[in-house]
Amino acid sequence: MFVTLPQEIEQMKQMVKNFADKEVDPYSQQIEDEDMLPQHLVEQAKDLGLFGISIPEEYGGIGLNAVGKAVVLEQLGRTHNGFVSLISAHTGIGSTGLVKLASDYLKQKYLPDMAAGRKIGAFALSEPGAGSDATNLATRAEKVGNNWILNGTKHFITNAPVADVFTVFALTDKAKGAKGGITAFLVEKDFPGFTIGKKDKKMGLRGSYTAQLIFEDCIVPEENVIGEVGMGYMNALKILGEGRVGLAARAVGSCDKLIELSASYAKERVQFGKPIADNQAIQWMLADMATETEAARMLTLKAANMIDEGKTVIKEASMAKLFASEVFNRVADKAVQIHGGMGYVSDYPVERFYRDARITKIYEGTNEIQRLIIARRVLEEN
Amino acid sequence: MNIFVLLKRTFDTEEKITIAKGAINEEGAEFIINPYDEYAVEEAIQLRDNHGGEVTVVTVGNEEAEKQLRTALAMGADKAVLINTEDDLESGDQFTTAKILAEYLKDKEADIILAGNVAIDSGSGQVGPRVADLLDIPYVTTITNLEISGETVTVVRDVEGDSETIETKLPVLVTAQQGLNEPRYPSLPGIMKAKKKPLEELELDDLDLDEDDVEAKTKVVEIFLPPTKEAGRVLEGELDAQVKELVNLLHKEAKVI
Ligand SMILES: Cc1cc2nc3c(=O)[nH]c(=O)nc-3n(C[C@H](O)[C@H](O)[C@H](O)COP(=O)(O)OP(=O)(O)OC[C@H]3O[C@@H](n4cnc5c(N)ncnc54)[C@H](O)[C@@H]3O)c2cc1C
Ligand SMILES: Cc1cc2nc3c(=O)[nH]c(=O)nc-3n(C[C@H](O)[C@H](O)[C@H](O)COP(=O)(O)OP(=O)(O)OC[C@H]3O[C@@H](n4cnc5c(N)ncnc54)[C@H](O)[C@@H]3O)c2cc1C
Repeated sequence: MFVTLPQEIEQMKQMVKNFADKEVDPYSQQIEDEDMLPQHLVEQAKDLGLFGISIPEEYGGIGLNAVGKAVVLEQLGRTHNGFVSLISAHTGIGSTGLVKLASDYLKQKYLPDMAAGRKIGAFALSEPGAGSDATNLATRAEKVGNNWILNGTKHFITNAPVADVFTVFALTDKAKGAKGGITAFLVEKDFPGFTIGKKDKKMGLRGSYTAQLIFEDCIVPEENVIGEVGMGYMNALKILGEGRVGLAARAVGSCDKLIELSASYAKERVQFGKPIADNQAIQWMLADMATETEAARMLTLKAANMIDEGKTVIKEASMAKLFASEVFNRVADKAVQIHGGMGYVSDYPVERFYRDARITKIYEGTNEIQRLIIARRVLEEN
Repeated sequence: MNIFVLLKRTFDTEEKITIAKGAINEEGAEFIINPYDEYAVEEAIQLRDNHGGEVTVVTVGNEEAEKQLRTALAMGADKAVLINTEDDLESGDQFTTAKILAEYLKDKEADIILAGNVAIDSGSGQVGPRVADLLDIPYVTTITNLEISGETVTVVRDVEGDSETIETKLPVLVTAQQGLNEPRYPSLPGIMKAKKKPLEELELDDLDLDEDDVEAKTKVVEIFLPPTKEAGRVLEGELDAQVKELVNLLHKEAKVI
């Protein structure tokens, strides 16, 4: 690897791999059947410090750099993607705004509980009328005395039914819009006027919940503004940018797992008197899966490494997200193919990965939007 | 309580193992704390948490073993000692390791020393008992439960499908069997803290030993993988005849009866 991992990150990698493979994986089928995460696994993940990977040490987390986070998330990606969503939405988009942009007061107030997993984070930008076009927000915030009053609806918010603290984006100046008119707020689940709507029924990511958020004259104290008033849109882009590297890392970990499952299945499954792995048709699939996964890993680590070097990574983070998510889908498709009929039934985990892969091309910015971002940069640079 | 744990870095036998030039191929192998030593580390941490004191993990090996020592520190051990024999010794055996460990431990006033029952690589199960013998303290092997009250130590040990309860006194050396406890994972904050915990590196010189004192008493003649499992054979015919044939095969072919 062109990034040499420090010894402690190597140790974390090994620990998280063991945790994912030996503790979480045996519950994957149960999570699928019950659409619920076993509480003991969530507690164990908290005890291991997994909820605090992105929160600085002074606030009780372990403050991993971007490469460290990518390594941890990659290993988590080996197991049930719904389980991982809880942690990655919390440590990624659900807490990055607080960590990077919030006042000391907000950090002191929320981060220690979030680092320990006592409070779960969520990120609420998307609305029925504002998906890819996140500037088209309809949720408004009006200043009344020392408070902001929020009205509007968000949807598809990961962790909403289990979260305690939400980073919420709302219009504070309609005329200015994205250019100075959107602001980020820290909303607690118990704030008056804030309710969680019903859970979405999804194709995959069982055990991870998304739901609507409904604000009806919701009162948010002015000290709960994250960053500067009016700077919310730029802030959202910053938060999402780093999140994309984490998403790519998770996808790479899932690919690793799918390659392992496919290779061992191909060696065991005998048709026409020999293991199907002896056929070039199968070998070529495995070769492509492995090569593309490795390329995705390199791109992800490159983007992570650039973040740690303090460089701008808008283009590289988008590339990593775009490429890793598409590789994940191709790898999952080939894994199903190698498993034959067994790949289509839920007795084997590849069927689950195939469904869970699909969302990675859509959320945290669709892949069309990633291409837009990359193309804009390429045209600017050349 | 002054607690010591003897720990070995081994390859992971759950991963694929290959042999090249009469030795285990280290390239590509995954290295771990010997699983039985992991039980010992866990038990030591629990003892310290209940009785106070300090846990020191000790290994004889080379620089590579630092990673396994750091993992033990991340689990919760307080100090680590690496006795690095890389420059001094070309080979060693259980005698070598035990002699070095005993020399290190002799003036440490250990209350209890915990080790693994066997190392999953060479599988001799000798190091623990040999160290105890050299230190002239009692030892109990393959323990599945440990209780200490004052000076009195009560252990349950595994004896081929049954268990035996033994009472002894501190200082003592015990070797851990599967079932003693459920070793914890090192937490992420634990891993960060372990970076700052003391890890002392010693060489034979520091223990006033030279190569001759610890020269191996045994020689490895050959290393080979167990034969790959062949397809089973299905016996046919009358039940009586099948039983006779089975006994015959077990006797003549498998040579197990
Ligand atoms: C399981 C799940 C979890 C989610 N979690 C969160 C969360 O935690 N927080 C949050 O804020 N949001 C979350 N979302 C929302 C997610 O980010 C959006 O679904 C996503 O941004 C796409 O928006 P949309 O669904 O409105 O699709 P649309 O924006 O309506 O897009 C529809 C299609 O049009 C394409 N398209 C749109 N504009 C263009 C263009 N200019 N050029 C080319 N093609 C275009 C898109 O790429 C897509 O293919 C989640 C969604 C899901 C399904
Ligand atoms: C939902 C569903 C409905 C079904 N309905 C029926 C039904 O009604 N009736 C019925 O009889 N069957 C049915 N099947 C079975 C289906 O026809 C088989 O799953 C299919 O023929 C593949 O066989 P397999 O699953 O054993 O995969 P395998 O034959 O084990 O194949 C595994 C992989 O190896 C590849 N492979 C195998 N041999 C070679 C080779 N020589 N060279 C290159 N690649 C090779 C395959 O293409 C595949 O990618 C159904 C299966 C499913 C999942």
